[in-house]
Amino acid sequence: MSPMSNLAHHHTAYHPRWYRRRMSVWWWLKDRAYMKFVVRELTSVFVAYFAVLFLWQIRAVTQGPDAYAQFMGRLKTPLFLTANIVAFLFVLYHTITWFNLTPTAMVVRVRGKRVPDTIVAGSNYVAWLIVSVIVAWIFTRGI
Amino acid sequence: MTTGRLTPFLWTLFSAGGTIAAFLFPVHLFLIGLAFPLGWLEAPSYEAFRLLIQHPVTRLYLFALISLPLFHWAHRFRYTLYDGLQLYHLTVFIAVLCYGAALGGSAAAAYMLWNLR
Repeated sequence: MSPMSNLAHHHTAYHPRWYRRRMSVWWWLKDRAYMKFVVRELTSVFVAYFAVLFLWQIRAVTQGPDAYAQFMGRLKTPLFLTANIVAFLFVLYHTITWFNLTPTAMVVRVRGKRVPDTIVAGSNYVAWLIVSVIVAWIFTRGI
Repeated sequence: MTTGRLTPFLWTLFSAGGTIAAFLFPVHLFLIGLAFPLGWLEAPSYEAFRLLIQHPVTRLYLFALISLPLFHWAHRFRYTLYDGLQLYHLTVFIAVLCYGAALGGSAAAAYMLWNLR
């Protein structure tokens, strides 16, 4: 292999010799489509928030009835109610964007024909509804 | 890219976590964030909830419910920081921080769920 071909295959994410004009950090505020994209990406922060909240709840269970009651009481404070309503809305946005992307990410074919996008996305919503009812049933009733 | 070889694997975690979050997070967040504290639905008692999450199937379910969405967050947040704030020189640092946090959260979940009694 010649030295040149070696160079040609060398790839880095950041190439210091290129001139790149620095864009504003707020580039995504200029266009609705960019804004929707950034909001979609930021839903992940609320996804992480809920994962941590749930972890916290499990920890409270391991610490006994008093710690658990304290945790459940904390959820009734305005701070947590507000945070959870905001998080709920962002998580809903994640769900909707995720389902609507499914047909693009996963092309379903039945007998060689592509299943229409609306049916692929629609079946997600139906499955979501069924799963939500089952989870709500189990997690309100306990065992 | 330093994480080049890992990328397909990380993307799989991102995708699995995104699907779990999409299907299951709204209902869970609705229950513990709104319905229980506001009294729309009655929360299970401590004992009932403890018995529920003690079940091996529930433990596995909860581990997946916490761990995979954390990796989903790590992947998305990593690129949001990287592209959004244009921190091109901090690629490795950001990646280690994000996936490290997801790994830490998963380890904490595994530890707690394993030791549940």
